Amino acid sequence: MTPDTTHGLHLDAICIALDGRTLLSLSAHVRPGEILTVMGPSGAGKSALLAYIGGFLDPVFTGSGRILIDGDDLTGIAAEKRRCGMLFQDPLLFPHLSVGGNLLFGLTPSIARRDQRRRMVEQALIDVELEGFFDRDPATLSGGQKARVALQRVMLSAPRLLLLDEPFSKLDSDLRQQTRGLIFARAKSAGLPVVLVTHDQADADAAGGPVIVIGEDSRR
Amino acid sequence: MERRTEDNPGRPMANGKTVIRRFSISGLVLAMIGLPILAGLAGTVGPAFGLLPALGGNHLTLSHFAELAAQPHLLRSVLISFATAIVTTGLSLAIVMLFTAGYAGTRIFSRIQHLVSPLLAIPHAAAAFGLVFLVAPSGLAMRLVSPGLTGYVSTPDWLVPQDPLGLTMMAGLIVKEMPFLFLVTLAALPQVPLLQARHLSASLGYGRIRGFLISVWPLLYRQIRLPVFAVLAYASSVVDVAMILGPALPAPLAVRITEWMADSDLRMRFLASAGALLQLGLTVVAMVTWLAFEQIGSVLLRRMSGSGVRKADDRLLRRSACAAMALSAGLVFLGLATLLVWSIAGLWPFPALLPDSFTLQPWLRALPQAGTAITTTISLASSSAAIALLLAIGLLWQGGHRDGGALRSVLYLPLIVPQLCFVFGLQILSVSLGFAASFPLLLIVHLIFVLPYVVLSLSQPWQALDRRYETLATGLGKSPLQILLQIRLPMLTRACLTAFAVGFAVSAGLYLPTLLIGAGRIVTITTEAVALSSGGDRRAIGVYALLQTLVPFGGFLIASLVPHLLFRDRRAMRI
Repeated sequence: MTPDTTHGLHLDAICIALDGRTLLSLSAHVRPGEILTVMGPSGAGKSALLAYIGGFLDPVFTGSGRILIDGDDLTGIAAEKRRCGMLFQDPLLFPHLSVGGNLLFGLTPSIARRDQRRRMVEQALIDVELEGFFDRDPATLSGGQKARVALQRVMLSAPRLLLLDEPFSKLDSDLRQQTRGLIFARAKSAGLPVVLVTHDQADADAAGGPVIVIGEDSRR
Repeated sequence: MERRTEDNPGRPMANGKTVIRRFSISGLVLAMIGLPILAGLAGTVGPAFGLLPALGGNHLTLSHFAELAAQPHLLRSVLISFATAIVTTGLSLAIVMLFTAGYAGTRIFSRIQHLVSPLLAIPHAAAAFGLVFLVAPSGLAMRLVSPGLTGYVSTPDWLVPQDPLGLTMMAGLIVKEMPFLFLVTLAALPQVPLLQARHLSASLGYGRIRGFLISVWPLLYRQIRLPVFAVLAYASSVVDVAMILGPALPAPLAVRITEWMADSDLRMRFLASAGALLQLGLTVVAMVTWLAFEQIGSVLLRRMSGSGVRKADDRLLRRSACAAMALSAGLVFLGLATLLVWSIAGLWPFPALLPDSFTLQPWLRALPQAGTAITTTISLASSSAAIALLLAIGLLWQGGHRDGGALRSVLYLPLIVPQLCFVFGLQILSVSLGFAASFPLLLIVHLIFVLPYVVLSLSQPWQALDRRYETLATGLGKSPLQILLQIRLPMLTRACLTAFAVGFAVSAGLYLPTLLIGAGRIVTITTEAVALSSGGDRRAIGVYALLQTLVPFGGFLIASLVPHLLFRDRRAMRI
């Protein structure tokens, strides 16, 4: 099978090593709207994989292999030009900015007019049932609200793919399902390839895409 | 943007700090600190061996050392300085160690922490003056017990302060150095497994202090070793505190050298240079002695842990250490209060506990004259702190702190090489090169001392900031510069302001460099206050010492208020 390199994310012979020891090596194709789940014990290099794709790999690791998104080679590109949206297990809203300020920070600069930017941010808040939250202090939001703001912030940046680093692991089970459903739905409707790193089999089941297990020499 | 282009494509995150750029700021900081120290040392060594063409010194000679050796009571001056270094460092460290051992992680610990932290902002000279007003024969302590307990109705004829053994001077240094060592210990504590070690040693039946000393102290001491040596060097060569509290005949070595340096007979510069080298030797010997103490300490500690003795009940020792901490903080605050009372005292005969009347006369008399000194102090302190803060931000942003060894050692150099030994050489060099005392020159010299404190103060919060914020912002397409300006610096507002205030306080409290490089033409509140010490006008001293305290305090006040105003509506930013 020749993979269709013009659509989606291609991970081509990615290999990450630490002190000369290979942590993981994989190739994969994630179609637009598809979620690739990477599972494995901690220390297996799951987060390093995301960092390599995003361009943040800590210099103690060595990474090799090509990353292609819709046919463009990201491998040598600076991290801030890759447009890899990231979500972590903490929402990491910037504490010195308002909720709206956080979203404006994320919103792509290709929208230049101030009033239009403001309108898009207001709409993004409405989309996640946070109407009127523009001027709120992020510290006063509930966990679920913060997670939704974090999602909208990354979506507004017009990412080409999403990298999810155990983004649900700190939420309790109700919230977890909701947030998971929301994020997956948004990614699918936006046609973004997603790489999800998780411990939790339920996340993998909900994602419904291919699963790669690392650190155990087995692949499913 | 172009900063990315030279990058190793495999690791774009590290390339925010390309090799060439990283070299620039950490190299600049290294040069700004290292070069003046080297040049200053050279400028001291030359004249000591007779080489100072500007004053007709053209050939090598050892005669200035012979002249130095012939100075009356030189050995005694040297011994007092040496003893001061060892006793001050030893006692300060011992109290901090026992207190931390007994109380780390408890409520009392954080209470004492709040009591002690502000002490760091109080200039040495002001604290020393406060102590004088407490323990002098006519001081508050004597008034409290007279004539009831002592029977004195006129001031007794005691040589306190300025006692011949320098005990008051040591006390004056301990009350200031203990807070310093305590705060560096606090900063190092999170890096040691305090709680686990405590639980483990307690479960084996060890008393808190013993358990701590055996399991945690060696790790902790390694972290605070450089600051300990800084205290040692400082105490061995201190001038302002020694002039205020130290013995007079003979004075500690550093005071005598300073007098030679300031002598109107320029020929004395040769003698002063030889003296400065002796001072350097003295500090080195004190450090070697301390290294020996470290060895003895580690042998004792090994014996202690090998013996298996539990010493489960160490309440007495613990409480003594706590009392010593509280007492020393209390002394400083009480001293400041006494300074305040003196600065507004009308007639205050001995042994009355309070003045007969209060008046603002001393302030009204002093303030017009102090105006220039206050302006100079504030502009010098704020410009050096601001420059240092910018450099520190640049340095940390480029990851210069991760260069490790070299930078860290050079940062500590100005704290470990006695000021006297290189600042005097700098003065000689600048005079030889025809530079007059000027504000920019003084600013450069202040930066040597301000930079290390600002970098050290900022680097911990800088590294503590969750790096994922930046990763995330990069993923949102922001450049490193945008992330610095829009994310990192705003989130570190408080830390930056605190670092600024620390630098401000260091500059405002600098005595010897200001005295030597300012050459009497540029005066700050600190040089003015110390100059008053020989006069004995207590009201004027009270005013100046308080001014000296208020100026840096203002810096810290601003540092703690501004974030509140700036981030009124941001709960997470107010912590």
